[in-house]
Amino acid sequence: MSRAARPDQTKYKTSEVVDFVVVGSGAAGGILAKELSTNGFSVVVLEQGPYIHESEFSHDEIKILQEDFLTNHPKLQPNTFRKTPKEKAKPQRALVYGRAVGGTSNHFTANFWRFHEIDFIERSKIGAVAGSTLVDWPITYADLEPYYTKVEWEVGVSGLAGASPFDPPRSKPYPMPPLPVKGSGVVFERAARKLGWNPFPAPMAILSQPRAGRSACVNCGFCLGFGCEVKAKSSSLASMIPLAEKSGKCEIRPNSYVHKIEVDERGRATGALYFDEKKNVHLQRAKAVIVSANGAETPRLLLLSASGKYPDGLANSSGLVGKNLMFNTSAISVAVMEEPLNDYKGFAVSRVLHDFYELDANQVGFCGGGGLDARFDITPIGFAFGGLPPGSPRWGKDFKALLAHNFTRSFEIFGHGTSLPVEDNSFSIDPDVKDAWGLPALRLTYKDHPDDLKLAHWLADRSSELLEATGAKQHWTFPIDEQQFGVHLLGTCRMGKDPKTSVINADHQTHDVNNLFLCDGGSFVTSGRGQPTMTIMALAFRAADRLRDLAKRGELNA
Amino acid sequence: MAAAGATWATANWPAVVAAAEHAHKAAAWPESQKLEFLTPAEAKEVEAISACIIPSDGTPGAREAGVVYFIDRALVTFSADEQKTYREGLPEIQKRLQHLFPTETVFSAAAPEKQVAVLESLDEAGSKNPPRRPRANFIAGTAAQFFETIRAHTLAGFLIDPESDRRGNSGGVGWAVIGHLPEHGFQPPFGYYDKGYAGWQPASAAKESAKND
Repeated sequence: MSRAARPDQTKYKTSEVVDFVVVGSGAAGGILAKELSTNGFSVVVLEQGPYIHESEFSHDEIKILQEDFLTNHPKLQPNTFRKTPKEKAKPQRALVYGRAVGGTSNHFTANFWRFHEIDFIERSKIGAVAGSTLVDWPITYADLEPYYTKVEWEVGVSGLAGASPFDPPRSKPYPMPPLPVKGSGVVFERAARKLGWNPFPAPMAILSQPRAGRSACVNCGFCLGFGCEVKAKSSSLASMIPLAEKSGKCEIRPNSYVHKIEVDERGRATGALYFDEKKNVHLQRAKAVIVSANGAETPRLLLLSASGKYPDGLANSSGLVGKNLMFNTSAISVAVMEEPLNDYKGFAVSRVLHDFYELDANQVGFCGGGGLDARFDITPIGFAFGGLPPGSPRWGKDFKALLAHNFTRSFEIFGHGTSLPVEDNSFSIDPDVKDAWGLPALRLTYKDHPDDLKLAHWLADRSSELLEATGAKQHWTFPIDEQQFGVHLLGTCRMGKDPKTSVINADHQTHDVNNLFLCDGGSFVTSGRGQPTMTIMALAFRAADRLRDLAKRGELNA
Repeated sequence: MAAAGATWATANWPAVVAAAEHAHKAAAWPESQKLEFLTPAEAKEVEAISACIIPSDGTPGAREAGVVYFIDRALVTFSADEQKTYREGLPEIQKRLQHLFPTETVFSAAAPEKQVAVLESLDEAGSKNPPRRPRANFIAGTAAQFFETIRAHTLAGFLIDPESDRRGNSGGVGWAVIGHLPEHGFQPPFGYYDKGYAGWQPASAAKESAKND
């Protein structure tokens, strides 16, 4: 029996005007639900996807990767893609996000790097970048630091404070030691040190020790893409949702697909209109609406909420809803070692380096920066499809022999980096394609800034150098192409002081509708260096504090 | 339990092969192994093709992993869209066989080298394509061609979680072949390189201790 069906759960009537309706139960929504409900506010969380209990999680790769058990399904919710606004978009899967209670935090890698100071003030530091809308955040690292610490302690992050010489200042150490090192981590660490770089134990949102009734990681190996059945992965589902429910003030309502934010004649949000499991439509009334539906679904919902009063979409007087999308840059190199690593055991990443976090544009010839991690995040079937070197046989005796040799001996270096904001890169609504509910589909428009592609090649070159120093038998890099598919969905409802150039203010309040708030990857102003969830969670803790203060001052009931 | 099964199968491999070969030559589709979509005659051809994709050589292959049962169930579950691909593709294979080897009539009865030659002639994508990292939906999209579809199904059926209800990777033999242990949890050290790792130290300390070694 799912937890949602338990009779002791708090329930609200749709006609009841609750304090907050939160759209989405992922990294941000789960934290907002917990923070607001434990502070005494009545909260209804409307989640598109089902309520899947940890006991229903599975190691079945078909279920996860083919049937989208935890994620958006391309048949029910098709997407379209084009490179530039001049083109007509064609049907193509454009994104993966978690579509269940807990959202994408159920299946993430759990790489939990804090942003550094530079990520908030890069525009001031490096100046304007041609072809990019790069600006500073309205908040700084110092504003967010207490909330990063809160994520580490309340959600659960393992790591070693002070291990990286490039780490920004912190007010507290990690609450738990790092996870055990993997073979890939040892090989990476030794080679990086030969090159004079500074590898360190990866900060991971996975418990290295039992905590808050949750198990420590058992190193099962089905991590990235999969839900954690022992609750060691610090998803919203494992860490925050249970506390929200326990407060007695929060109802998590799954299978509730919000498609419109309702507004009254004064232009204030009155609630969220949603389809239930049987496609019946309901309006959940609320004093304030928070949308944490991710950097694609949040702008889509605002655009779908266009009305007579707001013909271009809700909270879109800037015209920037959905724009300035950033996916993060990545480059993947693979090595085959002489001896077995058995890197399929455990979580994905155990060692990271940040020596390239801030690069000198005059020296490298592009703007941006990134980090490298050592990992193996690919499960058996995925490995058979894409884990062997280029030019390998695809079937038959030699294919089988190579699979048998390489599976235990392979690991990857994953380079992660900045994407520069470009206004044309966006999620919008497709004029023709509809989803299974008859709603306009998400349309992706994306073309990497030239500097992003240069950065990807530059990171791949560093990975190759490092792999050369490991003494690997063989190594190669996956082709680096322009991206047309995303999992990090950032920047589409950017935060800022000026209503003309941003969608929300530093309190996550939309500039146009003062009881409508947005908090997720869409709130980002810059992309960071490729690990957004830690910052999404920190922003959510901070947003909850801001909302509590606004509510106390009566500013939500104006 | 699954661990013991897989280890046993690997250790006793020659005997298992001999038994399987015998059972195979005995012809009729075993009554105990119910099919949900394929006819027994089709199943025999599918099994023969999958056995070319992952052969039984020194270690178990697609045949022993029960890939044909995985495919049969796939065709009524997540790959129901591919029923036509199989219904139309299987006769094409026979035609191709007869075209290349006019004396042969049934793929599953042809000599292994003839079977491989038929599949090579169908493998248009060849082995020259660099692999792409599959993010999701690795089976959709390659379905245009019967060979691509059955190749994808065979790989998946050989390596699927043996505890799932998909009927593939029977006894965990596929995982045993690639060295993936079936346990649900592991303790470090995991492999060769992390054995004896002394623990993380700052770079300066690591340099110092290396000097003293």
